[in-house]
Amino acid sequence: MDTGPKHHLRTDAPLYGRTEGGGPELSSFTLDNGLDVVVIPDRRVPVVTHMVWYRNGSADDPLGQSGIAHFLEHLMFKGTDKHPAGEFSKVVSNLGGQENAFTSFDYTAYFQRVAREHLETMMEFESDRMTNLLLEESVVAPERDVVLEERRMRVETDPSSQLSEAMAASLFVHHPYGIPIIGWMHEIETLNRQNALDYYKRFYTPENAILVVAGDVEADTVRRLADKTYGRVAAGGARPVRFRPREPEPVAARHITVADPKVEQPTMQRLYLVPSCRTAKDRDCYALELLAEVIGGGPTSYLYRKLVLERGLAVNAGAWYMSSAMEDTRFSVYAVPAQGVSLEALEEAVDEVLRTIPAEALDSDAIERAKTRLVAETIYSTDSQSSLARIYGSALAIGETIEDVRRWPTEIEAVFKDDLASAAERYLIPRRSVTGYLKKPAA
Amino acid sequence: MTASVDTLSHSPTTVKSVVSAAGVEAWHVESDVVPLIAVAFTFEGGSAQDPAGKPGVAQMLARLLDEGAGEYNSDAFQERLAARAIEISFNAGNDAVGGSLKTLVKHADEAFELLRLALAEPRFDQDAIERVRAQTIAGLRYQQNDPGVMATRRFFEEGFAGHPYGNPTSGTIESVEAITRDDLMAMHRALVSRSRVRIAVVGAINGDRLSLLLDRVFGDLPESGPLAPVETTVLQGRGSRVIVDLDVPQSVIRFGTNGVAWRDPGFVPAYVLNHILGGGAFTSRLFQEVREKRGLAYSVGTSLVSYRAAAMTWGYTATKNERVGEALQVISEEMERLKADGPSDAELQSAKDYLIGSYALGFDTSTKIAHTLVQIAFEGLGIDYIGRRNGLVAAVTQEDIRVAAQRTIGDGQLLTVIAGRPTDL
Repeated sequence: MDTGPKHHLRTDAPLYGRTEGGGPELSSFTLDNGLDVVVIPDRRVPVVTHMVWYRNGSADDPLGQSGIAHFLEHLMFKGTDKHPAGEFSKVVSNLGGQENAFTSFDYTAYFQRVAREHLETMMEFESDRMTNLLLEESVVAPERDVVLEERRMRVETDPSSQLSEAMAASLFVHHPYGIPIIGWMHEIETLNRQNALDYYKRFYTPENAILVVAGDVEADTVRRLADKTYGRVAAGGARPVRFRPREPEPVAARHITVADPKVEQPTMQRLYLVPSCRTAKDRDCYALELLAEVIGGGPTSYLYRKLVLERGLAVNAGAWYMSSAMEDTRFSVYAVPAQGVSLEALEEAVDEVLRTIPAEALDSDAIERAKTRLVAETIYSTDSQSSLARIYGSALAIGETIEDVRRWPTEIEAVFKDDLASAAERYLIPRRSVTGYLKKPAA
Repeated sequence: MTASVDTLSHSPTTVKSVVSAAGVEAWHVESDVVPLIAVAFTFEGGSAQDPAGKPGVAQMLARLLDEGAGEYNSDAFQERLAARAIEISFNAGNDAVGGSLKTLVKHADEAFELLRLALAEPRFDQDAIERVRAQTIAGLRYQQNDPGVMATRRFFEEGFAGHPYGNPTSGTIESVEAITRDDLMAMHRALVSRSRVRIAVVGAINGDRLSLLLDRVFGDLPESGPLAPVETTVLQGRGSRVIVDLDVPQSVIRFGTNGVAWRDPGFVPAYVLNHILGGGAFTSRLFQEVREKRGLAYSVGTSLVSYRAAAMTWGYTATKNERVGEALQVISEEMERLKADGPSDAELQSAKDYLIGSYALGFDTSTKIAHTLVQIAFEGLGIDYIGRRNGLVAAVTQEDIRVAAQRTIGDGQLLTVIAGRPTDL
């Protein structure tokens, strides 16, 4: 019951790294009712991770009902005819399992981690709530209060979250990625049972879902159990259409400020509108991925070395790229000023440093180091069956393929200096940007 | 649903003790499936060893160990790590300075050498000290008016007034400004000692090779003198309610009472009791009463906190300013009710089934296994603990729970700290 992370280091990866070789293959198939299934073997412990992903997220919320995807995610724990509210959680708990769910811009997912012998039970419950959710009025109002408290906790008490929301709202002038996953306060307050049921009927169908099972189980077993459980859910007819408006070509550099008396440490952030791995032409997304690592991935990155180590203007600086998105997405640069350095002076220095990327940031050692780290991340991620399940589930949910995920390290290896320079010159430009200041109000 | 005999008597993983030629011991799990090695280690003595009036030294030491060592200045050291995607990190808690290492097998020699340098030969260059000081102070400023951070700080100040545990591990802006290179070097000499380290290693490395690497990294560390004694204490201020004024629409609440330490024979029953009251699952009484039935909060729960010299039951929630009194009343009533009536037999059995069945879930990644092992070693519970632990949970009786409730919930008096602007108190 969580909103997805705002950004994360992408760890999409093949099961085994290119030089480490070998290992079991993952399997995928589709049930008669259209449900896609992926099985990822991990035999180290007798445990499975069972996840269902729906191809709908906050960016599919109907106009005026922001937060409905996330609210429904909460309500999915409120029971069916067959299994009243709380029973699923109780069963998971009695079996020594763990469960949760999360909502992101492009998808919503539910998962349990249990001993392998309990997989069928999880499938029975999860397939039941795919179609039989029963929302009694009495459970809707308290759960809406829970979500309002969640928003108060994450946003209303935290000026830096308020800045993040304001920056996204400014970056995306037309696309719903500018609306927070959890929804705007005043719209969450009005969400009701009927909104939730309408949304549920539209999106919660086998054709719109992906089942991912990672762990100590054979693909044949998963297929047999999935047929017995999910296979009984009637097909909805066709996969629901996700209507996503396209961002217009940006023309205006934007500056915004959140000034709050609680702020004791000012910060500066920058967002650029850039293609995602789904919208990029000519492999730009791999260049952006590597560019973020070269200029902003940790203490050996270009921004950190220039702004923190050499010039002493910042105590921290970095960059990240949210590559995993269905439409155009965000590339961020951030810096925390050293004592006595104004945000304006820091921003000027950030811009100077960004302008020198093509000439100075892209030496072969720096590029090699960044590639090594990104590719190693994909091997490290194979240590966790939950991470693997998340990597494949999220990729499929936004329309990527298993092959896209497996090819990722090879694509990163194939990015060269000129690609990085070109990406920086084309995308890290003022008209694509929003700059945000977090500071104390002037006295 | 009863846990099978299998989960009761079998360890979720096979742990061996490896002792090097020079006598350095590590707990070792060998697994070749993923080509990586994860190491966790912990040195006895953390921020409770900070000099009087200077909290934050142990934490700053932890932040400086990877900021230059041996012949490499900070930038060169970080470049060596990054070039092979070796991850080394350090952290400080009340009772220990610990850390972890993660590396691909093919870079193990370099990774262990960099770890040796960081532990044995940190440089403490003045520019690195000033940079880390500035970062630490910026971090403290950033969190200065965060309601969760404010509530937690104040809770420890009140609950452990006059005791080292009452000081913030990360220090204060004033104390961090005053920390000197000599403070850091003295702390390094005092803490990074080969006789007070616990080590766990998981991954694609065999015992013989590990033994050699252990000697290289830890074998030449000095034997240090005794640590400053930390007086045993209990949570102060139970029965009092403190408000930290902050202009936010939601109040963050921390509450606490007595606990039972992990090493105490009464720990496991208290742990089962805590699970029923406010443990991690959606089934706990506080989750049901505070969140599910009343919609008072997004998060609510309790945990047992076990320090070397104190133990407590610690709880958290956050609710809008208009409902703070209501939330506190529900929490108090649930604690009282659980102590007075105890759990039902079915509720107790469910809790035990969950704790037994879910234990293996904590052993699914190399990093998690290493951290769990080093924690068990640090607590002195024995290398067989993982195999014994589910049996201890299974053996908990209603009588054990009654005793645990007496020792923890006791008279029902809580120390409560509220950061926000509650309107219904």
